[in-house]
Amino acid sequence: MAGNTSEKWQGGLLGWIDARFPLSSMWNDHLAKYYAPKNFNFWYYFGSLALLVLVMQIVTGIWLTMNYKPDAALAFNSVEYIMRDVNWGWLIRYMHSTGASFFFIVVYLHMFRALLYGSYQKPRELIWIFGVIIYLCLMAEAFMGYLLPWGQMSYWGAQVIINLFGAIPWVGESIAIWIRGDYVVADATLNRFFAFHVIALPIVLLALVVLHILALHEVGSNNPDGIDIKKNKDENGIPRDGIPFHPYYTVKDIVGVIVFLIFFSLVVFFAPEMGGYFIEHNNFIPADPLKTPEHIAPLWYFTPFYAILRAVPSIGGSAFPGVLAMFLSILVLFFLPWLDRSPVKSIRYRGNLYKGALTLFIISFIVLGWLGMEQPSPVKTFIAQVCTAVYFAFFLLMPIYTKMDKTKPVPDRVTS
Amino acid sequence: MIKFRTLAAILMLASPAWVFAAGAGVPLDKANIDPTNKESLQRGARLFVNYCLGCHAAGLMRYERIGKDLGIDEKLVSENLMFTGGKIGDLMTVATAPKDAKAYFGTVPPDLSVIARSRGVDWLYTYMRSFYRDDSKIIGVNNLVFPDVGMPHVLWELQGWQEPVITTVKDDEGIKSKAITLELVEPGLLEPHEYDRAVRDLVNFLDYMGEPAKYERRELGVKVIMFLVFFLAIAYLMKRDYWKDVH
Repeated sequence: MAGNTSEKWQGGLLGWIDARFPLSSMWNDHLAKYYAPKNFNFWYYFGSLALLVLVMQIVTGIWLTMNYKPDAALAFNSVEYIMRDVNWGWLIRYMHSTGASFFFIVVYLHMFRALLYGSYQKPRELIWIFGVIIYLCLMAEAFMGYLLPWGQMSYWGAQVIINLFGAIPWVGESIAIWIRGDYVVADATLNRFFAFHVIALPIVLLALVVLHILALHEVGSNNPDGIDIKKNKDENGIPRDGIPFHPYYTVKDIVGVIVFLIFFSLVVFFAPEMGGYFIEHNNFIPADPLKTPEHIAPLWYFTPFYAILRAVPSIGGSAFPGVLAMFLSILVLFFLPWLDRSPVKSIRYRGNLYKGALTLFIISFIVLGWLGMEQPSPVKTFIAQVCTAVYFAFFLLMPIYTKMDKTKPVPDRVTS
Repeated sequence: MIKFRTLAAILMLASPAWVFAAGAGVPLDKANIDPTNKESLQRGARLFVNYCLGCHAAGLMRYERIGKDLGIDEKLVSENLMFTGGKIGDLMTVATAPKDAKAYFGTVPPDLSVIARSRGVDWLYTYMRSFYRDDSKIIGVNNLVFPDVGMPHVLWELQGWQEPVITTVKDDEGIKSKAITLELVEPGLLEPHEYDRAVRDLVNFLDYMGEPAKYERRELGVKVIMFLVFFLAIAYLMKRDYWKDVH
């Protein structure tokens, strides 16, 4: 009897809400009756993990702003205040600083998955484009956040990157001053970067993530076989190779989340600086506009693009060609869905041409990442130039080699 | 081909370039500190307040925290570590005005709160043992690791005085270069191995001060990972159960 009444009451409440807000239909559309292919593998964890890191960054970020002071005279010490005098401040701060690097690790793996299984191909072009914009936003978010501790690397890293805009002919210097709000990186810069980092970009990021997921749920998830599961439905209209996202993938993703958290905790608790890769040693020296550090390198997630910037020779003393190459190396990502002319999606059914091209691309991207941290030498610059050429060739020659590639027949049903 | 320095020159605004004097090429000795050794940390704290705190602040660190973390009674802290009075919760600031310090040393001695995190413990350990007599300098000393340093050899009474011995060495390709080693010419209050230990204690303390929560962090980390591994087993079993009917 009691169960009956409570059931009635629950149904009544849900009914009451459903009459006013599409709660049940949203739950069903996106979780309980969203049919995902049953053959997701290792590479399919990183989407939900990216969402997890985003939420973690927002939550830890909110708590950091409670004690952080966006003021050139106070910022450095306020971070150390958080590390020492705020209860659990060190944990919140390390979660945030480690989270930034892990965000990029997860996003890079997520993007690599798209390259492996052709997740950007028709009809998922918009999902990919939203994703690339998310990636761009994330870069801006990370760059601006890195200025906030106001250490030497924060300061000079920002100085170098903002001066890239100064390399644009004629209007460059005005743009650089407009971005900084001063002739050098200063208090005004710190304040506006803080505003962008904690309000503007997070709002844009969240909105883009919603668009990314809505677009995904409109066309359905791709899978390691690159097969459209909607083509084979049972009598109820449910894809035979699909399973409801909830509970199947929610319980599976919990396992992924815990494995992720184990790796994450190993860094947070035992190596938060990660040997200077996640928190640079020189960033424990307060920003000093009069002392230029001997070696300025951006954090690891930017170094592939920094290496491209340095690899391109300057013309007439202007670094603009390098800056242009760097921006193009990111812009070219937007065109990927139309550069790929392969009739198949997944690498499983592609030929050796694409496999070889992707391998070379990944190798050069990693090598560029390493070179971006190094002091340049003639040999290293030459290697960077070769890798830059491979990077661009991967995209620009794609229409040719994906068309020539010998593909294998794609099965009708997903393989396990 | 674009050289980094050229690029840096183009990219950065023309500001007086000042290069971190790193004393390139000096091999660093391993500090081998033991952060769990509270006695070593206590001795280091004593050395720090006696020899360093006169000129260098540790303006992010509170006396109270040192007492709590190193197991020193509050009363003992105020009697033995706080020479200028004040409250136990005070930050370890310095009495010398920055303007005076600049006049004395040519530069304001840096705050040492997080020095171990920027320099690293091996650098600090080697630096404090690499002072030598150099009459060409106004302060009469120089340092192998940090050439032309503005800081005098504050621990001279403990270490004594070292003088450089310049030898010419040939490498495999027969290129000659000068190598400087240091020799103790005037003994101090401590034997060389005792001095090394004292510096190790001091560096241990500096390392602690750089991140007072380090010990707590590692302790908590073990518990968190143990919990996660346990949770992983449960989550995996749950996943396996749910996925039984998926073929």
